[in-house]
Amino acid sequence: MTSLTKPEADPAPAAPKGPVLEVSGVTLRFGGLTSLDNVSMTMERGTVLAVIGPNGAGKTSLFNCLTGTYRPQEGSVTFHGEKGAASILGMKPHRIARLGISRTFQNIRLFPALTALENVQVAVETLQHSGPISAMLGLPRSRRDDKASVAAAVDLLERVGLAHRANVVAAGLPYGEQRRLEIARAMGTRPQLLLLDEPAAGTNPTEKRELSALIRRIGVFGVSVLLIEHDMPLVMGLAEHVVVLNFGKVIARGTPEQVQQDPAVIEAYLGSDDEADTPLPAPSGEAGE
Amino acid sequence: MSTTSVSPPQAGQRLREVWRPTKADRGRFIACVLLALVIAIVTGKDGSGDQPLQGIKESLHLERALFFVLGGIALWVLLVLGRVVGPLMRAPRMQLSAATNRALEPRWARPLLYLVLLGVAIWYPRTISTAGQQSLVNDVAIYALLGLGLNVVVGFAGLLDLGYIAFYAIGAYTTSYFTSKTAIPWHAPFIWNPFFIFPIALIAAALAGVILGGPTLRLRGDYLAIVTLGFGEIVQLLAKNAQGITNGARGSFGTPPLSIHLGPIKYKWGLSSLPYYYLLLGIIILVMIAFSALNRSRTGRALAAIREDEVAAEAMGVPTLRYKLMAFAIGASVSGFAGVIFATEQFFDPSSFSFQASILVLTVVIFGGMGSIFGVVLGAVVLQGLLYNLKDTVPANDRYIYFGAVIMLMMVFRPQGLLPSRRRSRELALSEVGIGHADGMGSPTDAP
Repeated sequence: MTSLTKPEADPAPAAPKGPVLEVSGVTLRFGGLTSLDNVSMTMERGTVLAVIGPNGAGKTSLFNCLTGTYRPQEGSVTFHGEKGAASILGMKPHRIARLGISRTFQNIRLFPALTALENVQVAVETLQHSGPISAMLGLPRSRRDDKASVAAAVDLLERVGLAHRANVVAAGLPYGEQRRLEIARAMGTRPQLLLLDEPAAGTNPTEKRELSALIRRIGVFGVSVLLIEHDMPLVMGLAEHVVVLNFGKVIARGTPEQVQQDPAVIEAYLGSDDEADTPLPAPSGEAGE
Repeated sequence: MSTTSVSPPQAGQRLREVWRPTKADRGRFIACVLLALVIAIVTGKDGSGDQPLQGIKESLHLERALFFVLGGIALWVLLVLGRVVGPLMRAPRMQLSAATNRALEPRWARPLLYLVLLGVAIWYPRTISTAGQQSLVNDVAIYALLGLGLNVVVGFAGLLDLGYIAFYAIGAYTTSYFTSKTAIPWHAPFIWNPFFIFPIALIAAALAGVILGGPTLRLRGDYLAIVTLGFGEIVQLLAKNAQGITNGARGSFGTPPLSIHLGPIKYKWGLSSLPYYYLLLGIIILVMIAFSALNRSRTGRALAAIREDEVAAEAMGVPTLRYKLMAFAIGASVSGFAGVIFATEQFFDPSSFSFQASILVLTVVIFGGMGSIFGVVLGAVVLQGLLYNLKDTVPANDRYIYFGAVIMLMMVFRPQGLLPSRRRSRELALSEVGIGHADGMGSPTDAP
């Protein structure tokens, strides 16, 4: 890892204070199953917020509601992006992405047969405007866009330490590098809010350290990070705030230290004595994984 | 038996040391013998309507059957040898492909190759018969153009379109409508030179693509295929049955040939095929250049992303529906364009717009190499060339049996097509180890 600590600065304006994301009363049901039950939370701009909870607690469902993949039946989600506050409930995923919310996936979803560079380019290019006709005619506008997207993508790859892998096919990268490439791709859309779905899952201790440094650096650039993670040391080292979900409900929130001491959280993770052996209900929100 | 020779049991043992018959070998033996019998029947006498089995009986009399079965066994021996020899051939094959790559490395190599190919494409048609030239226009060149258009839909965007020929029909009938008062019952109040119809037909076909695609591109894979199939059938049935509009099955007759009348430049495409061929050649080259640029552009990458993981593409801000619609419209407009040229060759009828024609275009794309621009053109040349040559060498009824056999062999031994695109062959290779899906036709939605 060389370039994680690249000093050159993004135009990271001293982010105006205030919330970047407000979730209130979100309820998501699949038939009779309630996956999210009246979930509310507020996220301050420029912070790292972690959502934790046992398997099937509804973490990924929450992510899918925030990115437009699922449409909750009740509640509201307000995102404060560059263009002011906007309700993003019921918007198509690509519109939400353009507003400034980007994400990674729990089970890495890169474009496997495209190169690392192309993967990032796809995201970068969603901000461009030249169309297919100018491309077919080889107009200067299209060429300019091409050059700009390569430059931006290379820059992003450098930041996650993958510049030397630019022309490797994504599926050929080792696991940890795929995770980092996914983050670079997500950053390509120039988000204000980055949702990371278990970025450390399946990585080894070294990769975990690199990842943690990378996420901290993203925070420094004024991008708010919403993180789902199982790895407690990682969460405790990164997050300023933690929200704990269980059975689709928020059972605790606060700083990592507060949450760790919370009896409800301890019970959710360890189970109370008399139902220690009861298996958790089938994960509904994450059924598709 | 002299002492130096090896006795039979010993020979058997030796053989078993190098080659142990596997279950697959036994299966192949049966397959080869059955294949030989099928070939014997196909190449033998035809049965008649009242005695359909007579042909089979006559083609399978003892001597003939024995001859073919022996041939089948010989094929099996070859296959078994191939299994032993195959791995030995890998190194030379790699060397060959490395040598090809090396030969294409210098800057001048590719342009030179293109020039040579262009030279052949210009010179070769002059050397063949008139019938051959006609086939070169109507079968090879038109299908190459159609294939290039469908390649945007199937190869770039990964959408299965089984009614692609409908847009070709729309282009052709649009031409009849605008260029002649007599070709079909419906006609425009004014008559235009076919050259002005190119943009109109292009827009009409693209519009039809958008109208069809708008509501249906939300569907995935198989469903989209069925809807497009239905669309293709509707268009052909309309052409066949709407007597008062399209002249029905009698078709359109008497559209004026293309002509240019630009100041000092005057040229008229007549009855001869060659001028049409050169016009098509020029258009095909322009389309190839344009689509190569498209594939390398932002649009091409977005389409590849959609093909590989639609959910991820959408999450990264790619408006997937709009891009798919765009691919559909681009493909359709090329088809409409080809329809104009087809119509200006004076006569056409609805039989040219059959489901079989749609499938043939799709076959050209898959055979040549999905997503590969050169591959598609090569696919049109090879497949239509094959059909043309089969015309003279086998009974007319059997033509598509041989054609089908060639395609089956191709799909078994080289599923990526003649000249696969780099991205596509990567996808195929990855799907073999379980990453992504090979067809790129949009797997059923899996929630993220």
